[in-house]
Amino acid sequence: MKLTLHIWRQKNAQSKGHFEKFQMNDVSEDMSFLEMLDLLNERLISEGKDAIAFDHDCREGICGACSLTINGTPHGPEAATTTCQLHMRKFKDGDTLYIEPFRSRAFPVIKDLIVDRSAFDRIMAAGGFVSVRTGQPQDANAIPISKEKADLAMDAAACIGCGACVASCPNGAAMLFVSAKISQFAMLPQGQPERKRRALNMVNQMDKEGFGACTNHYECEAVCPKKISVRFIAQMNRDYLKARILKEKD
Amino acid sequence: MTLDSKIPSGPLKDKWDKHRFEMKLINPANRRKYKILMVGTGLAGASAAASLAELGYNVETFTYNDSPRRAHSIAAQGGINAAKNYQNDGDSIWRLFYDTVKGGDFRSREANVYRLAQVSVDIIDQCVAQGVPFAREYGGLLDNRSFGGAQVSRTFYARGQTGQQLLLGAYSALVRQIGLGKVKSHVRKEMMDVVIINGTARGIVTRDLVTGKIESHWGDAVCLATGGYGNVFFLSTNAQACNVTAAYRAYKKGAFFANPCFTQIHPTCIPVSSDHQSKLTLMSESLRNDGRIWVPKKKGDKRPPNEIPEEERDYYLERKYPSFGNLAPRDISSRSAKEVCDEGRGVAATGYGVYLDFSEAIQRLGKKTIEERYGNLFEMYERITGVDPYKEPMQIYPASHYTMGGLWVDYNLQSTIPGLHVLGEANFSDHGANRLGASALMQGLADGYYVIPYTIAHFLASNKLEKVDENHPEFKKAEEEAKDKINKLMSIKGKRTPSSFHKELGKVMWDKVGMGRNAKGLKEAIEEIPKIREEFWKNLNVTGESNDLNIALEKANRVADFLEFAEVLAWDALEREESCGAHFREEYQYEDGEAKRDDEHFAHVAAWEYTGVGNKPIRHQEELVFENVKLAVRSYK
Ligand SMILES: Cc1cc2nc3c(=O)[nH]c(=O)nc-3n(C[C@H](O)[C@H](O)[C@H](O)COP(=O)(O)OP(=O)(O)OC[C@H]3O[C@@H](n4cnc5c(N)ncnc54)[C@H](O)[C@@H]3O)c2cc1C
Ligand code: FES
Repeated sequence: MKLTLHIWRQKNAQSKGHFEKFQMNDVSEDMSFLEMLDLLNERLISEGKDAIAFDHDCREGICGACSLTINGTPHGPEAATTTCQLHMRKFKDGDTLYIEPFRSRAFPVIKDLIVDRSAFDRIMAAGGFVSVRTGQPQDANAIPISKEKADLAMDAAACIGCGACVASCPNGAAMLFVSAKISQFAMLPQGQPERKRRALNMVNQMDKEGFGACTNHYECEAVCPKKISVRFIAQMNRDYLKARILKEKD
Repeated sequence: MTLDSKIPSGPLKDKWDKHRFEMKLINPANRRKYKILMVGTGLAGASAAASLAELGYNVETFTYNDSPRRAHSIAAQGGINAAKNYQNDGDSIWRLFYDTVKGGDFRSREANVYRLAQVSVDIIDQCVAQGVPFAREYGGLLDNRSFGGAQVSRTFYARGQTGQQLLLGAYSALVRQIGLGKVKSHVRKEMMDVVIINGTARGIVTRDLVTGKIESHWGDAVCLATGGYGNVFFLSTNAQACNVTAAYRAYKKGAFFANPCFTQIHPTCIPVSSDHQSKLTLMSESLRNDGRIWVPKKKGDKRPPNEIPEEERDYYLERKYPSFGNLAPRDISSRSAKEVCDEGRGVAATGYGVYLDFSEAIQRLGKKTIEERYGNLFEMYERITGVDPYKEPMQIYPASHYTMGGLWVDYNLQSTIPGLHVLGEANFSDHGANRLGASALMQGLADGYYVIPYTIAHFLASNKLEKVDENHPEFKKAEEEAKDKINKLMSIKGKRTPSSFHKELGKVMWDKVGMGRNAKGLKEAIEEIPKIREEFWKNLNVTGESNDLNIALEKANRVADFLEFAEVLAWDALEREESCGAHFREEYQYEDGEAKRDDEHFAHVAAWEYTGVGNKPIRHQEELVFENVKLAVRSYK
């Protein structure tokens, strides 16, 4: 099929970006979206031009590296699907596509379609863990955890850290990402001792990184490739408030 | 040089305990005086870096990904083994040890494998303590499933995302140490070389993938946890960026490369659909618990699968291996699939595919149970192929997946270069000629959480290291070499893209050094690879600039190493004149097509020493001694 692509090109964080237009005449339906970009890049290199930079690695929808906002939607039109898992059969011959990086104040562009998402790592470093040393902890079956709880914790833990939630949010909030991690631990006995500290520290770091506030647009849930639920945001807000009130009391 | 495996003396069961007691320690106050470089932040690297930092060492981590959380380990689906015997089905440390040695077709070290089985039990406890949400039963206890090559259920899993959950567990331990200032994390930095000073590995040189800057980093010890080289076949289940560069450049500096020809082909991947394909997607082997594999009995039967009656289907694994059936080990399942397709009974567009059918399981267990077990895998399959596997059987075919070979290491995980330690898939240590499913995650975490923290201390305490820093002439020299290499790649300005060479190499490797190998094909490969390499250095085109983020340059740099390494792999396959595990030499088989191992001549590790580009490397041998298991024909019938 034939496609017209408008792709964001930007040399680096300092320079201004622009859309560049490309005509594609030989796209097959079985290609993944990134394979379509590979094809374009092969052509560009053959023409002596700089290839379009985009992030990707696993191409299985699990590493969270691929990004891209396609016609205004992070990860494109198919629900619950990362860009790398999106296939060209979802598009029609003659379509025009605008391909941009994930945009947000807290995700500066590095080059073309690649953004810097290291803010997520810093939020994690502020509290996204259970403080347990490598060693000989108690037997894994010592504390039974109900299947329902374990399943719910897994629902939250399924987050791949891609940042689509941030890119979709009119306020650039990272609430879905942060709440997923906080909720995973809040639902497990192992997460209880540091539950309040974790909520306080992660939320504070999130604010420091320049992410916006949540005003209940729920765009994040709609674009999340792993269907992470906004219910976790409510859980996080409860934990955070509790922690703040208790802290103010001490 | 003789290869000293440094296996401790004494009974198998006591070796590791005894060794842990005998190894030297470093007292807590002194640990902060040491700096350890950890290249790679997958399961092995992240777990090791976190554990070492917890002990008080200063650690610096390096990854080419934008975050440690995105390492290739994240993609592991099926699970992780441990000899917990929670199911009371007769599992034990001894059984896991035995299954692993047998699964590896008696080409691994008994002592290493036994240690692996021992610490497997602790790994699960550690991960649960970190908050890894493993699957549970209604009673609240951990659930298990079974995997190929085992008759017990010892595999722990977190839906179809076990690697993700284990990696995020290790990553959380790692970021905690980053927050505490004990680990310095370098992202989007690719190791270009190891730096050796007075015979000891004392640092690395990296390229910053954003700015192109070549930088030096010194350390008191260097660890490579840089993963496997399955992408030498171009198409594989590995992540796109997986490459051999770190291990290969260490090899060029004197580290021996062991058993490179032991490459695993995974039986259950989505078949190739077109020429544009950039990767092959694995469908977890756990599917074989409930899916039944078959092809039509008739050649060229083009009817849709649901129209082929039961009696005209050949469930070939169940037929040939009645006691293991669809759960026969990977090498055997893969080869059987190739066999039926070579006979002309394959399905899929290309004729290179077999069915994996769930209809019987759906009838027996209900759609809901199947959905619970494999829901996300079924969704993934449908997304990629457009076919609904609840209604129509999946099509699968083998693909390059994992590499048992890797840098040679002794029992302490040290390579032939003192101070250079190798962890996880990057080393060759535990899986022999074939890895069992769910054992790579186990090995990566065993190396990282439970082995290297002890053995590194012993190395540091036993060696008096001189003080060095990045101004040492050896660092400057390595930086210059790295810059030269980059400039060379940039300056060819030929006509072909880096990927086109990778594809060309991959085809030779898959056709001649893939699932079935013979002397003629291997010799041809050894002639063809240097030609592709020559053409690469004449006709490569890398656009863009070197002092910038440049994806074409990154790719070219990796392909350049594959083009040299592939030859070592082919040499190893040629000189191992036997069939064992995943290494199948067509000349060496029994009449019924089963692999013919030659214990008299090949019960050893082949470790290759670099002698210059294009020269045949020197083959060294480490004899394998089996005192606890009897070398037997590996039968899964
Ligand atoms: C699709 C798939 C499914 C799998 N499923 C299972 C399973 O269910 N169970 C199981 O046990 N095993 C499974 N495996 C195998 C297992 O996932 C891997 O063997 C294991 O995760 C490897 O871990 P690692 O830490 O050794 O390396 P990796 O996870 O590959 O990490 C390598 C690290 O090294 C870094 N690196 C590499 N080279 C450089 C360089 N030059 N400079 C800087 N950094 C570098 C990378 O950035 C990365 O951080 C699966 C593999 C695949 C492909
Ligand atoms: S490339 Fe890994 S999620 Fe898309």
